[in-house]
Amino acid sequence: MKILHCPLNGPRNISEFVYGGQVKPMPNPESATDTEWAAYVFYENNSIGVVQEWWLHAPSSYWFIVERHNGSDTILRTYDPSELLSNPGMVSLEDAIQ
Amino acid sequence: MPFGLLKYGLGKDYPFEREPDLPATPTLKQHYDVVIIGGGGHGVATAYYLAKYHGITNVAILEKAYLGGGNTARNTAVIRSNYLTPQGVRFYSESVKLFERLSNEFDFNIMYSQRGQLTLAHTDATVRAFRQRAEVNTHFGGRTELIDPHHIAELVPTLNLNPANMPVLAGLWHKDGATARHDAVAWGYAKGATQRGVELHQLTEVIDIIKEGDRAVGVKTNRGTVHCRSIVQAVAGYSAVLAGIAGFKLPLVSYPLQAMVTQPVKPFLDPLVSSSALHCYVQQTSRGELVFGGGSDPYPLYNTRSTLELKESLIAHAVEMFPFMSEMQLLRQWAGITDMTSDYSPIMGLSPLRHYYLDAGWGTWGFKATPICGQTMAELVANDGKVPDLIAPFALDRFDHFKQVNEMGATAASH
Repeated sequence: MKILHCPLNGPRNISEFVYGGQVKPMPNPESATDTEWAAYVFYENNSIGVVQEWWLHAPSSYWFIVERHNGSDTILRTYDPSELLSNPGMVSLEDAIQ
Repeated sequence: MPFGLLKYGLGKDYPFEREPDLPATPTLKQHYDVVIIGGGGHGVATAYYLAKYHGITNVAILEKAYLGGGNTARNTAVIRSNYLTPQGVRFYSESVKLFERLSNEFDFNIMYSQRGQLTLAHTDATVRAFRQRAEVNTHFGGRTELIDPHHIAELVPTLNLNPANMPVLAGLWHKDGATARHDAVAWGYAKGATQRGVELHQLTEVIDIIKEGDRAVGVKTNRGTVHCRSIVQAVAGYSAVLAGIAGFKLPLVSYPLQAMVTQPVKPFLDPLVSSSALHCYVQQTSRGELVFGGGSDPYPLYNTRSTLELKESLIAHAVEMFPFMSEMQLLRQWAGITDMTSDYSPIMGLSPLRHYYLDAGWGTWGFKATPICGQTMAELVANDGKVPDLIAPFALDRFDHFKQVNEMGATAASH
């Protein structure tokens, strides 16, 4: 059993979690061109290394961030998305949520 | 016969040719017309058809490990064309036709065996989807029909028709479905290609792509630098990594796909059987082993490790379909890295770099396309980038224009 440390619920079996895609800044849907929007929807940085991902703890519907090495499957860090949303690089995502 | 055998057993002369099927890896030249990155089925098939139909033999296949050692050796060797989209069915039907005559063409037995493939429907929605697939297939010349549980029981008497309390309502019976020895497909193509002058370089890893402006002109490898006119990348699970080296992104996410095989038993299972709801496909190989596989891992990873969770669920599903399998022992278990597109169709054709051609996004459906892939990629390279009609719908730029080919007939797609 692989364990994932949920920032809200503590260590749980990874089968309780759902992978939700890589963290990437969302362009403004009002002003983005089709190409920009397509790039956001379809393209991920699919290289080997440490990736920053959205994960959901399904039983508690809690979304959080996981930093994981996608070559060794080592989970490096998990944290609440508020940490990410306060990052200036993610402003557009915050705007979209508001 | 026994005396003849004794004569050869005691004699020093071997009655057949002793030439190896494949030559030893030659020294790497500094220039080739075409460099193919990836010595799997798709790569060697492309080289074979380049040499056979287009007279281009100054070709190097660069393989970082050994011939057909990646996903060509890891798939479950299902050949079928009962897809959903007209683009997909047209493409895979051509592949099935090519597979049928490959052994004769190679003079090398690929153990092609057309036993039919049966997909089970457990819900009304799936029955409706199957009806559509049967119609689309028939329209494009395939042999696919919807059959009832009675007919299914006749075809596969050992099958549990109520697996996991999900009664089998109907089956998509695809008579063109087949299997073949996947290694032999790669070996046959490699033999045919190298006999025509193509060079197969094993243990040759591409480290960098050399560019001049927006054009690819060569590759750097661990055995030296090679310049060439055209490059084809056919590296399956590592497509996005290689594209990254070449300097562009691909709309792919790489997931491991796990499969397993049991000890051999007497032949009892003729068709290849898969269940849409259980996400499990089972077939008996010509050696008697049961090969079975399921869906991809639940999250992306570049690692072929095995997980207990997937083993447990996959075995549980297989045992639901064929309950007596619980008495059997596993022989091997493995995983391959599959590069999944969001529409379950491949990415073939041009790339953002000129003279750099893509054969990627083969996810969980690459083996069955090997011959037609080789043929169309060879045509693409020989015509200097003029995209053949058959693969035009699979262009990389379909994602930029929201023109995806939604292939819900893919094994990985939910039905």
